[in-house]
Amino acid sequence: MSSLSDTLEHYVLLSALIFTIGGVGFLVRRNVLVQLMSIELMLNSVNLLLVAFNRVHGENMAGHMFAFFIIAVAAAEVAVGLAIVLSYYRLKATVYTDEADLLRH
Amino acid sequence: MSAGNLLFAVCAIACLVGALVTVAAQNPIRGAMGLLTTIFGIAGLFLKLRAEFLTAIQLIVYAGAVVVLFVFVLMLLGPDARAPARSGRSGASRALGGVLFAGASLLALFSLGGQLEQSHGLGAVAPGHGSVESVGKLMFSQGLFAFELVTALLIVAVIGAIAVARGRQGAVRKKQVLRSPRDLFSGPPRTRPVAGGPLEEGAE
Repeated sequence: MSSLSDTLEHYVLLSALIFTIGGVGFLVRRNVLVQLMSIELMLNSVNLLLVAFNRVHGENMAGHMFAFFIIAVAAAEVAVGLAIVLSYYRLKATVYTDEADLLRH
Repeated sequence: MSAGNLLFAVCAIACLVGALVTVAAQNPIRGAMGLLTTIFGIAGLFLKLRAEFLTAIQLIVYAGAVVVLFVFVLMLLGPDARAPARSGRSGASRALGGVLFAGASLLALFSLGGQLEQSHGLGAVAPGHGSVESVGKLMFSQGLFAFELVTALLIVAVIGAIAVARGRQGAVRKKQVLRSPRDLFSGPPRTRPVAGGPLEEGAE
């Protein structure tokens, strides 16, 4: 931990920090678009972790395959999520989660 | 510091700064640029980890499609996506949730601190590690079923996104045109009741 070299532990630390930042952003921010971006941050950190562990245990490429599938699912999630945001904006003219209270009334 | 360590340091700092900008920026466009910085940093780390195929996929899918989609939606929504709609309830519960999450995850991280001290080097790389050929061979043998499922998922997601984003605009407009000839000149239907708008005229 003395110098900034690329051991496995540094990748784990970096991935955990990015995941924490994304999780805090998802919980704290009210803008739906920023929340979706925070989800992307969390998915990216998990991809980094999978690839780093696959680099150490390099018998096969299962980690890379998992990361590829995660990227595909994340792309689908963003497409549907942004469509829902657009539809909701057309309904209520806002993108803030505090005002998403249609089911409460 | 060798060139490899320098690449790791630059990419790691880019990732962290980009993530912080994404979460903290008041303007969501700046947040999208921070997300782009993080994605480029992670692509650089993939390159450092000898994952050439995933580096290309990361740049094509995330930097090329996802961030562009975010920027498109931000431009479509305009300044309403930035300005706070109204200063509603207090943010104390949200702040508490954020602090609790950050505390829990950092606690879990530093409880592993003893193992973090001993450093595992990455070791020698196997020939063909991370190339398109080796990943593709695995994906089309063991992961073939999952691959086909992902293709179906992408088709369903694209069709669903089109269906949800289009809404029922055409149907509503046709109904309005049929109701009164004057509605031909009143433009698109309003979704929100405005004072003196067409929704209040009916009540009078």
